[in-house]
Amino acid sequence: MKTLQIKPFTNFNFKTMKTMTTMKTMKNISFYALLAIAMLGCSDDDAAPLPINDEELITTVILTLTPESGDQVVLTTVDLDGDGPDEPVTTVVGSFSENTQYQGAVRFLNETETPAEEITDEVVEEADEHQVFYTISEGLNIQTTYEDQDSQGNPLGVQITLSTGLASEGSLTVTLRHEPVKPNDGLDSAGGETDIATSFDVSIQ
Amino acid sequence: MRLLALLLLLFSSVHSFAQDCNNTLNGTLLDIHDGSVLTGATIVVAQTGVGFQTDLDGNFTINFLCNSTYQLQVSHPSCSTKIFTVVIQDDTQKTFKLEHHLESLNEIIVNGNKTSRETKTLFETTLNQQTITSFSGGSLGDVLNSISGVSSLNTGNTVVKPMINGLHSSRVVVINNGVRMQDQEWGAEHAPSIDVNSAGSIKVIKGAGALQYGGNAIGGVIITSAPTVPLLDSLYGKTIVGTSSNGRGGSVSSNLTKSYENGWYSTLQGTLKRFGDFNAPDYVLSNTGIFERNLSVSLGFNRIDYGVEAYYSYFRNEIGILRASHIGGAQDQVQAILSPTPSIIEDFTYGIDNPRQDVTHQLGRISGFKELAGLGRLSLQYDFQQNNRLEFDIRRATDSDKASVDLTLNTQTLRVDLKTDLSDKFEATTGIIGSHQTNFANPETGVRRLIPDYSMQSFGAFFSGNFKINSQWLLEAGVRFDYTFMDVYKFYRQSFWEERGYDDQFSDLVIQVFGNQVLTNPKLYFTNPSFTLGAKHSFGSYTLFANYSMASRAPNASELFSEGLHHSASRIELGDLQFGSETAHKIALTLQQRGERFDFTIMPYSNKIDNFILIEPTAIRQTIRGNFQVWEYRQTQAQMFGIDIQASLSLFDNLSFTHQFSLVKGYDTSNNQPLINMPPPSTLNSLVYTNLKYNNLTISLQSNYVFTQNEFPNTNFEVTLPDSIQILDISTPPPGYHLLHLKASADISDTIYIGLYINNINNTSYRNYLNRLRYYADDLGRNITLQLKFNY
Repeated sequence: MKTLQIKPFTNFNFKTMKTMTTMKTMKNISFYALLAIAMLGCSDDDAAPLPINDEELITTVILTLTPESGDQVVLTTVDLDGDGPDEPVTTVVGSFSENTQYQGAVRFLNETETPAEEITDEVVEEADEHQVFYTISEGLNIQTTYEDQDSQGNPLGVQITLSTGLASEGSLTVTLRHEPVKPNDGLDSAGGETDIATSFDVSIQ
Repeated sequence: MRLLALLLLLFSSVHSFAQDCNNTLNGTLLDIHDGSVLTGATIVVAQTGVGFQTDLDGNFTINFLCNSTYQLQVSHPSCSTKIFTVVIQDDTQKTFKLEHHLESLNEIIVNGNKTSRETKTLFETTLNQQTITSFSGGSLGDVLNSISGVSSLNTGNTVVKPMINGLHSSRVVVINNGVRMQDQEWGAEHAPSIDVNSAGSIKVIKGAGALQYGGNAIGGVIITSAPTVPLLDSLYGKTIVGTSSNGRGGSVSSNLTKSYENGWYSTLQGTLKRFGDFNAPDYVLSNTGIFERNLSVSLGFNRIDYGVEAYYSYFRNEIGILRASHIGGAQDQVQAILSPTPSIIEDFTYGIDNPRQDVTHQLGRISGFKELAGLGRLSLQYDFQQNNRLEFDIRRATDSDKASVDLTLNTQTLRVDLKTDLSDKFEATTGIIGSHQTNFANPETGVRRLIPDYSMQSFGAFFSGNFKINSQWLLEAGVRFDYTFMDVYKFYRQSFWEERGYDDQFSDLVIQVFGNQVLTNPKLYFTNPSFTLGAKHSFGSYTLFANYSMASRAPNASELFSEGLHHSASRIELGDLQFGSETAHKIALTLQQRGERFDFTIMPYSNKIDNFILIEPTAIRQTIRGNFQVWEYRQTQAQMFGIDIQASLSLFDNLSFTHQFSLVKGYDTSNNQPLINMPPPSTLNSLVYTNLKYNNLTISLQSNYVFTQNEFPNTNFEVTLPDSIQILDISTPPPGYHLLHLKASADISDTIYIGLYINNINNTSYRNYLNRLRYYADDLGRNITLQLKFNY
């Protein structure tokens, strides 16, 4: 029908007409496209997301050293914001006595949870994949020995014995490694990933 | 109206009753692609069998036609013959269009859109099917590495992120089959989610001049295009099978296309790739296997002047990350760097353990085009992409099957383009683009979100045109405008929120406080103008391209919102909420000479980037896990310049020599120091022997020398260990290295092709400055690949 109506026009007109209609189509298409885009963009605002607390976070290390008689020494590090800017807070309660044996037990906690999550249990459960290292700075007369083992007979280090010598000062570093090479000759050859590395300034009096 | 129609109908029927057989058909025959006239074509009127020919202007005249319907068979020596149905009513004027050059139909069927140049004044490098085939078992980054000026930022040997003239990630736009990839490209350890085997050709534009693809391609644009389908009744396909010694694996890739002369076609393509642990010359790189599965299907209808296509692709890639690279803080880093071999070397296995990445990318596209008379080619495209990225870390047993990163990025885009040939001399493209994107970070991970949940809307409009002054000179100009709006839900650590002073500045963004985290709702918008201006001048066998582009990029989610430990880099990364866009001014010149024996291309460039976003170490942070280096994003002024050279010389009939060299220098001019991770200068020289007589035999010996990068910022830092203090040298680049490669290929028969590739013939141990795992292990040792390709 349309062609019939156009028939009386010259070719030139025919062309212009067609261009005009296509221009119109073009405009229409653009309009619908924009409309569709606008609609895509207007999806409902989703509800605000829920917070995630890092499940594997260890915020707290408590190393309690108990002599057969005398005062306990308690070394604590707390870092509640994990890898956030706040520095860990280290406290040393008590001091070591000369030539004394202490029974040591280390605990790892996640205190962002309530109640605090006892990570120590997981470390003990996966003893094969963990080891706690105790590094004593030069000049500090302390020796540690492992009192617990994993299923392969390799040391774990949640339970230790700490023996002191003569009066001295220095640092004691607690390092928890995940998936270290076991057995190993110490921290330097253990590899693995450091889950905890915290140093305490201690003294033997 | 109805009366008029009736009258006209009546009028026309009167005419047909009269059987007036004195009508004339004045026809013009044109090439559908460029509208050029087709001379010497034969037109046969089916009803009478009488033949006519087109004259020099492509015109023909047929007299004494009745008011009736005629079939005209139109044939031309270099076109496929076509039957046109013409309704004759009185004297008729009609234009006929033929598909020219059947023999190269593959090249032009999609109306030149895919093989024509994306910009006219920026030099483009295109990799053909043969080159792509030789990298069938590799990644997109591996293929692109063969182009001068293109390098890659690697994480091990399987995560290969293309880098153009020293820039990567969000600064490089990747177009996969017409769709701009949205695959979390911001991350340095995220490789493009593209199967190289799905590409018929890959094109690289080293600059932002191709405004139709985005105004933010500060580094450049990579375009992969599917092979085109001819308008023939045909069923064809190919299968490439390859196996490699290093990684003891291989890949199978197949595609099958069914096409019909009436324009319908359908293609099915799939790739399966599996490798176990790769080897450095002296040891196994434990946990570096890869398992990739891809499938794509397309269904379309192409009638040359209009067509539609639906396309879907599924890409899944599981990648093992070198086990020895997964470490804790600075203390572990010291040990890893001091140790000459990786701390964990196990026996070869195909198993992929944690740490690993598991990326799934799905892409769906519906597109159509129509040639509109007097207006040009109008295209409409809608695409949907979903990118799901899982990253698994080494975690304690209860969580070891749980991903540490689980991000889903959904993107929908709608675009309308119009490409117009206003005259022989003037061509223009204009279009509008809108997209909607959402990012969802799965809270089930039990790890704080690396990238926050957000939704983003963006709108863009562009216009670009080129004007051919004469056969020697061409001018090009384009302009684009983008608007981006981001609606973000971000949890900040309270301690960070306060340390940065955001609590004073942005207290209005806070929605709620949860324990030690603050939920905020930043709403950000960016407006980004970009433009390009260029000229092309041809003289003798030389062509000179000159282009200036201003490109502007909005900061990405990672640059804005990073805040926490990035496990795979073992560093704390901090973004900045207050960033604005960065703007690049790139001037690129190219001088190309095509001679009989000697060809060369020289491409110098300068790229000045205002508010360049970079990340650099700023502090050491003490945590309960030990020391970590803090890397903060900041904005600065950057200046880059460089040169890429390609040359080839034909020595004898069958022997040629090719040379590539690229150099890039980048400086942070505000702080007067070099930029980090700039590719060291490198040169690739090859001797190529080709003999068509011996089954198309090609043998090439390649020598690749990579210099030592001697300009780098010093990012070393002091680490306090339990018993000492160490300087951790993470910035000194490894020494330069030289590798020899051999590539040989031949046709066994008409349909079977064989390839033998040996990489690193001398089994040289080396480390690559641009490999993020260079601290932990050597790069790949010798690799022998045997490949068979079957065409059917």
